[in-house]
Amino acid sequence: MSWLDKIIGKKPTKDEDLWVSCKKCKEQIYVSELEDNLKVCPKCEYHFRLDARQRIQMLIDPESFIEHDQNLTSPDPLKFKDTKKYKERMRATIKKNQTNDAIIAGSGVMEGISVELAVFDFSFMGGSMGSVVGEKITRSIERAIENHVPIIIVSCSGGARMQEGIFSLMQMAKTSSALQKLSEKKIPYISILTDPTMGGVSASFSMLGDIILAEPGALIGFAGPRVIEQTIKQKLPKGFQRAEFQLEHGLIDDVVHRKDMKSTLVRLLNMLQNTPQEEPKEEEKIPKLTNPPEVLGA
Amino acid sequence: MVQILEFEREIFALETQIHDLVSLSNMYDSVGDITDEITKLKKKLRRMKHDVYSNLKGWDKTLVARHPDRPHMLDYIKNIFSDFYELHGDRHGGYGPSIVAGLAKFGDQSVMVVGHQKGREMEEKIARNFGMSQPSGYRKALRLMRMAEKFSMPVITFIDTPGAYPGVDAEEKGQSEAIATNMFSMIQMRVPIICVVIGEGGSGGALAIGVGDRILMLEHSVYSVISPEGCASILWEDKNKTGQAADALCLTANHLLKFEVIDQIVREPLGGAHRNHKQAAIRLKKALRTNLAELREIRPDELVRLREEKFRKMGEVVEASA
Repeated sequence: MSWLDKIIGKKPTKDEDLWVSCKKCKEQIYVSELEDNLKVCPKCEYHFRLDARQRIQMLIDPESFIEHDQNLTSPDPLKFKDTKKYKERMRATIKKNQTNDAIIAGSGVMEGISVELAVFDFSFMGGSMGSVVGEKITRSIERAIENHVPIIIVSCSGGARMQEGIFSLMQMAKTSSALQKLSEKKIPYISILTDPTMGGVSASFSMLGDIILAEPGALIGFAGPRVIEQTIKQKLPKGFQRAEFQLEHGLIDDVVHRKDMKSTLVRLLNMLQNTPQEEPKEEEKIPKLTNPPEVLGA
Repeated sequence: MVQILEFEREIFALETQIHDLVSLSNMYDSVGDITDEITKLKKKLRRMKHDVYSNLKGWDKTLVARHPDRPHMLDYIKNIFSDFYELHGDRHGGYGPSIVAGLAKFGDQSVMVVGHQKGREMEEKIARNFGMSQPSGYRKALRLMRMAEKFSMPVITFIDTPGAYPGVDAEEKGQSEAIATNMFSMIQMRVPIICVVIGEGGSGGALAIGVGDRILMLEHSVYSVISPEGCASILWEDKNKTGQAADALCLTANHLLKFEVIDQIVREPLGGAHRNHKQAAIRLKKALRTNLAELREIRPDELVRLREEKFRKMGEVVEASA
């Protein structure tokens, strides 16, 4: 229930609409209190999963977000069918989610800084990456190059989407390739990892940020914990693959609380973009040495 | 001992029959001239092999791709290149035994070869971690591909892995980062890169050495986002549904050529590469020679541009009516 519903007096009927139990500390929290707190448990700071639209609202200045490519959808190139047809699964999810795939991409402004932003939507088939996700990320990167603005990608995904087979796998190469071009143009890319960022998503653009930030407690890794446990036939250590673990192992730059995410991004982007763009004027240039300098001791 | 796959039983029975007849006629003159008979049976055998092997479904192909006698990367090296010199280590504390890399001569040209090695005997399998690489393997591969770029040598990669290793240490050392960085770097290398799937193309672990100008697949190799077993246990919640999963995943070379994900299928000897390592290598060598000759004509800038374009096009999307 949102604050708006509270004001207009829409009454929840069931208890579970009013209260939610924290997944970590089991504290009973008012749903409205949780919403007001950016979906972070007020007691133990557990970060609940955030909806993509809420995330955009949290990061982008009001009314500055322009969504792109929202009509892209998968033509189901494999005609994939497991116990159900992929087409049917997708149709149902599209109807339920009101989005065409597992990512929302667009342009916006963050405290005056123009950015491209792509945010995963976990509720759409576990945020899995198929051709549409890969294409929207690639187009976002290309827009960032074209407009010379930084790009931010917020990952939240179980990995590549099996139902699009090899095409999903190739999105890893496609997005990584686009980032190479971005890098050559020296345009900043900040990757934000949220719970969870796994498989083919973590093994491509997510891990290629100039700066990689993660939300507290986010599960980040290549192989899922269950697969690893089955492989090594051992219990995994506590905190394995969590954001703090990845920080300790040197794989990410920082763990940032949700409430500080926007200000951190703005601070970092300001610093990254503060480099002089123009060539120094002639008189400021350091004069070329006419004689080779004396060899200094190594 | 040759391992017989289910669909090969009839072939194997006929082979045994021919073999027995031949030795019989060699041993006893009284058998008389049965050359005609043997020729007829051999013809039948060829037809049978052809029929069976040209109609393999996804799961059968997976089994052929994983066949214990199938030639591995080092077998191809032996039969295709001369003067192979293996180089080791990622220079960051890792040995990376699941991936073999080194300098070799292809005809009169120096090349860098990189590939997964699954291991043949149990001892080697364990040492190679069954071809499932740690981050160090991918980093070693990248280090040596960069060296190839420095010395203007083409790179040839051999893909044959169940996937990147899912282990605690692999995660701690950044499996994801290693794979991502390889793709990110391979896309802009200023030398020709040819990637060949020789057996199993297992997901990210395959793609980590799979970004190139030409992607070839051996006729009975497979390439997939997830193994049929993994897919079956997640989507069917039944790990025995590998047949359905393999079909649904469209992981055969024919599918991938149709999808334009790969550029060429290299035919295998009749009955699969495991029946004739030498012949398989000769065919692959021919394909490599043609492709390398074509790529050598392209300037480095153009090579990178075309490679970027190739991967930019991957994927299928449509614009939905709003």
